[in-house]
Amino acid sequence: MWDYTPKVKDHFLNPRNVGDIADADAVGEVGSLACGDALKLYLKLDENKEKIVDAKFQTFGCASAIASSSALTEMVKGKTLDEALAVSNQDIAEFLGGLPEEKMHCSVMGQEALEVAIFKYRGLEVPDHDAEHDHGHAYPDYEGTLVCKCFGITDAFLKKVIADNHLTTSEQVTNFTKAGGACGSCIPKIKELIAEVLGQAKEAAAKPKLSNLKKMQLVQEVLERDIRPMLRADGGDLELIDIDGDHVQIAFRKACAGCASSGNTAKFVEMKLRELVYEGLHVQEVSA
Amino acid sequence: MKEIYLDNNATTKVDEAVFEEMKPYFCELYGNPSSMHYFGGQVQSKVTEARKRVADLLGASPGEIIFTACGTESDNTAIRSALEVLPDRRHIITSRVEHPAVLTQCRNLTAKGYRVTEIGVDGAGRLDMDEYRKAIDDDTAIVSFMWANNETGVIFPVEEAAAIAKKNGAQFHTDAVQAVGKIPINMADSKIDMLSLSGHKLHAPKGIGALYVRKGTPFRPLMVGGHQEKSRRAGTENAAAIIALGKACQLAGEFMEAENTTVKAKCERLENALMAAIPHARINGGGAERLPNTTSIAFEFVEGEAILLLLSELGVCASSGSACTSGSLEPSHVLRAMGVPFTCAHGSIRFSLSRYTTDAEIDAVIKEMPPIIARLRQMSPFGREFLK
Repeated sequence: MWDYTPKVKDHFLNPRNVGDIADADAVGEVGSLACGDALKLYLKLDENKEKIVDAKFQTFGCASAIASSSALTEMVKGKTLDEALAVSNQDIAEFLGGLPEEKMHCSVMGQEALEVAIFKYRGLEVPDHDAEHDHGHAYPDYEGTLVCKCFGITDAFLKKVIADNHLTTSEQVTNFTKAGGACGSCIPKIKELIAEVLGQAKEAAAKPKLSNLKKMQLVQEVLERDIRPMLRADGGDLELIDIDGDHVQIAFRKACAGCASSGNTAKFVEMKLRELVYEGLHVQEVSA
Repeated sequence: MKEIYLDNNATTKVDEAVFEEMKPYFCELYGNPSSMHYFGGQVQSKVTEARKRVADLLGASPGEIIFTACGTESDNTAIRSALEVLPDRRHIITSRVEHPAVLTQCRNLTAKGYRVTEIGVDGAGRLDMDEYRKAIDDDTAIVSFMWANNETGVIFPVEEAAAIAKKNGAQFHTDAVQAVGKIPINMADSKIDMLSLSGHKLHAPKGIGALYVRKGTPFRPLMVGGHQEKSRRAGTENAAAIIALGKACQLAGEFMEAENTTVKAKCERLENALMAAIPHARINGGGAERLPNTTSIAFEFVEGEAILLLLSELGVCASSGSACTSGSLEPSHVLRAMGVPFTCAHGSIRFSLSRYTTDAEIDAVIKEMPPIIARLRQMSPFGREFLK
């Protein structure tokens, strides 16, 4: 028998927030019968459509899957959508006092369902994969190539989980995503992906530290050259407010100001700045 | 909380009489049975008695019994031996639903250049004999089919399969770990060359097994060293456990009729009651000839580990074909080979009874299971969708 923490047992035996929300604002569904676990997450927002006021779930799966779903719904209630998006699978596992490593995929499934729900709510496209194998719904920006045919998992999804959880072995990747857990024929490819992610991390770490002046110059350059033209094309814009250490403050203008998806746009800006300037940068949206 | 133990295909309680029989051979009669002095000799005579008891249960002669450490060792020994005595033959036949003790070994042997054919089963778990007849050829060294499946209890026609193997000059081995002690076995009238059994499946302790090798069957040992077991399995005998196995076999023989009447009746009552009370359930292996003590039931749209843990909260011990109980991620290879749909495979529960199972225990499980399944289905998106 698995060595579950008292909190996992409690959330399995007395799951919170089981059920559905008839008039839910956001619904995220991941997993399938074939995969052995699935989660349907319902979110209800306040009248300003900012904060999550209620969350419910339906889960098909083991004790860890049920406990992770219950924990997730407890964790996101009262959070804004952006705050909820920041909930990681490690946060879910920590909330439960830890999960056996073989069961970490249950926490990943929780985070994935949350992202699907919020992405769909914000009108971002979620590709309609084969219903039998639908892992990867949460990552429409980088669908990638199918690696694990048994569980329908793409390289993009795997690379994200490898990087987020600092995974270094194929066994860990299987525990966190299920990929490679059936026929095992994709394990060599998984090992390649680990090497690739580790290589990227090393490369990033090896980059020389930027001076403050150089960092500010580069941020301004990237905003002007790579980001603002894209926003303007959609009728929006942004303004650089301040750079304090690694914190970049921006304010959205025109169509971007007040847009329901501005949190996601801010994430995009951060991703681009991290890619082109410096990995440690954080972007904060301010109202100035 | 008093436990209700319905996981006897995993392991069994050591029978009190078995335990009593083995106890003196730890601290009092601890001589080495191979020693020449009287102190070892009295242990040797008891080992000899145990060998006869095991042989009697199988309808074999004592010289055909080799004591091993477990069923896995017996399986490994049988297959390796056959490949060594028939070095010109490079083909192995087994089934897709074997225990890993056979299946893993066979798959590993492909790395050494052996050709392995895994024969399939039908939806009820019955061996595809036509596929087997087509697969066997004059390159086949060994055919290894289990006598009864550990998950579903489905019984294979091993005698018929052995006859086909003999016609083709191949040796025939059966992993009878689940069958011995539950159904009558008579090796005297058989074409089976080798048979594996395990003590802890029939109320002897863990760590003792036996391999039957038909007299005259060419054989090569897996373990070499001393001259124990007529040089067929080196290593100082686990005398206390061997004596326990002997007693357990004697008791199993005496209980055989009850196993196939009273235990079988309890198992059928459990199965029928659960099938009647719980919609969208199916018996894995239903329609096939099965062991008297085993039933595997698939409850659609729920997951096995969750069922097992809720049962465990009530003191009920069973087993699951679910992936999540095992650490692997696909449901049981047995259920997959049978083509059990995903909607069922993940939610399959095996109940395996023993001579100690009481009517009250069966009543309790019949009462507890329906609300557990209902509760999980209420929580499952598929349950709600499909059971509307």
